[in-house]
Amino acid sequence: MTATAVKAMGLVKWFGEGDVKTYAVRDVSFEAYFGEMLYIVGPSGSGKTTLLSMISGILRPDDGSVLVDNKMIWSLSNDQIADFRLKSVGFVFQDYHLFPRLTTAENVAIPLILRRENWDNAIKTAKEYLEIVGLKERAELTPRKLSGGEQQRVAIARAIAGRPDILIFDEPTASLDGDTGRKIVDFIKKDVLNDRRCIIIVTHDGRIYEYADRIMQMEDGRISGTEQGAPHEE
Amino acid sequence: MKVVRSVKAWLGILRIAYKLLTNDRPKFAALIVGIAFAVFLMVQMTSIFAGILGRASSTVTNIGARVWVMDPAVKTVANNIPMPDYVLDAVRSIDGVKFAVPLYSGGALVRLQSGSYQAVTVVGLDEGSLYGRPELVEGKIEDLYAENAFIAVRDAEFSKLEKPQIGSEFELNDHRGVIIGFAKVTSAGLFGTPTLYTTYKRAIQYIPSSRYTISFILVEPKSNADIQYIQEQIRRIGYIAMTREGFVSKIARYYMFQTGLGTNILIMTVVSFIVGLSISGQTFYTFILENREKFGALKAIGAKGRELLAMILFQAAFTAMMGYGLGVGLCSLLIALAKLRLPNYAASITYINLGIAFIMVVIIAGISSCIGIRKVVNIEPFETFRG
Ligand SMILES: Nc1ncnc2c1ncn2[C@@H]1O[C@H](COP(=O)(O)OP(=O)(O)OP(=O)(O)O)[C@@H](O)[C@H]1O
Ligand SMILES: [Mg+2]
Repeated sequence: MTATAVKAMGLVKWFGEGDVKTYAVRDVSFEAYFGEMLYIVGPSGSGKTTLLSMISGILRPDDGSVLVDNKMIWSLSNDQIADFRLKSVGFVFQDYHLFPRLTTAENVAIPLILRRENWDNAIKTAKEYLEIVGLKERAELTPRKLSGGEQQRVAIARAIAGRPDILIFDEPTASLDGDTGRKIVDFIKKDVLNDRRCIIIVTHDGRIYEYADRIMQMEDGRISGTEQGAPHEE
Repeated sequence: MKVVRSVKAWLGILRIAYKLLTNDRPKFAALIVGIAFAVFLMVQMTSIFAGILGRASSTVTNIGARVWVMDPAVKTVANNIPMPDYVLDAVRSIDGVKFAVPLYSGGALVRLQSGSYQAVTVVGLDEGSLYGRPELVEGKIEDLYAENAFIAVRDAEFSKLEKPQIGSEFELNDHRGVIIGFAKVTSAGLFGTPTLYTTYKRAIQYIPSSRYTISFILVEPKSNADIQYIQEQIRRIGYIAMTREGFVSKIARYYMFQTGLGTNILIMTVVSFIVGLSISGQTFYTFILENREKFGALKAIGAKGRELLAMILFQAAFTAMMGYGLGVGLCSLLIALAKLRLPNYAASITYINLGIAFIMVVIIAGISSCIGIRKVVNIEPFETFRG
């Protein structure tokens, strides 16, 4: 757990101009490591999503930089940043953003197809990942027919199908009941995390703190403290 | 090779676009029906119009002369203004004129064997050359020189002559007329009257006319290069010479812009275009809006702007083509059915109508997708991410 996966340096982001100018993130620096599950927690509006977006190539910071795989991602061209997101980052959005009109296998195949993989291979790979998340039998169904927890797992399969170095989860358990939420995070920790991968999770959900390797507290756009996660019995 | 590979690379993305579009059955159906409806109306309107225009200049097409000389005030074949004989001599004396012959074209009332009266169009051909004669399907053209000889045209109006045979007689202003043959022509007339061909002399002898008798002078130039010179010379003597195409389009312009019929059809075409544009534009726009956050998610995952663009354009193009095909199919079917019931139903689908409808569909799809594209290409993945 030593190699650095993501290094954020002096990140700043504000919204609005003049009187309405508000800082969402003020001078945040931290590192996230391969093999670690890092939580970012904090009150609503403290800047967690904004920070997550800046380190994953979604939102351009107003100041500071992000180093991933020896590249300052915000110095790249827009196309290169899109490629960075496509190849190095896996996203699981809070409300999943699955395509209701595509089958789960097609949903999972999307990052592969965007990488110009041939359709049949992409679907085949997607099915392998659906098997990993335990949804092999659901490959031909549309996401609407699945439960919330199952949809979450489809979203996870889509995020990992491209074998990214960094996995980003924003509130992964917000719309799941406690039991399902814990099961999902347990699964992420056991089957998705490995030592070539770094997982960053933003959450409010105290019920899943036990899975964290490290917990970073945010308050009012700043990091107000970091603690090692509770040791979690295997 | 490189092209093939890059097309292949896009196939998966387009396939996703295709599925996103067509898997939303009700919306896809609404899109296609909207476009098909617009195409249907446009093709229908323009083909009725084309049919009418084609018929309005049927005499010009059927006679087929390269150059037509007439009074400058003439707007259509039906309303010709007779010219004095000296014009014919003047035209004949112009350099570059290979030959020039008179043509008579006018309406008359014939009394049929049953005793009923029927309006007809009589075309009188130059005696010597019979220039502009129609193709006979029965009878011999030389018989036109026999006494009282007329040729009847077998078109949609033919039945109004009460099924004449060769040798059938009728009366034209107390003159006897005899049918000596039947002809076919490429274009049927607009005015719902049967057409009879005879010689120029007989025509002006049977049909009372004003002082002047030549309806048109048909000119064959020595070469195409002479046409312009001939036109200039004829303008000098106060008349006008038009090429066949020029005359046809003059007639078309007249019907298009100076008759209620043409203007109304033009307006209807524009209306159908607007209706189609609003139905399909609206539907496509809501389709894109509903998928906006999904497109945002694609962008967040790493799709580039041009990939989203390609997806939307593909969706628009695909829908447009399906709608176009359906609309044209529907229209052909309807016109075919109408022609079964009404033999002289004046509608013809030409490549030009199809082209116009195609261009309009492309514009509809283009405008609808442009509005959508702006919404999608400008989308900030951060918006999707924040939820
Ligand atoms: N597009 C924006 N325009 C204006 N202000 C914004 C925008 N995005 C975020 N903010 C502001 O930035 C601050 C941080 O927002 P952010 O979404 O990062 O908070 P968060 O910690 O993720 O909150 P939550 O736990 O509710 O998701 C908030 O005050 C928010 O109002
Ligand atoms: Mg948030």
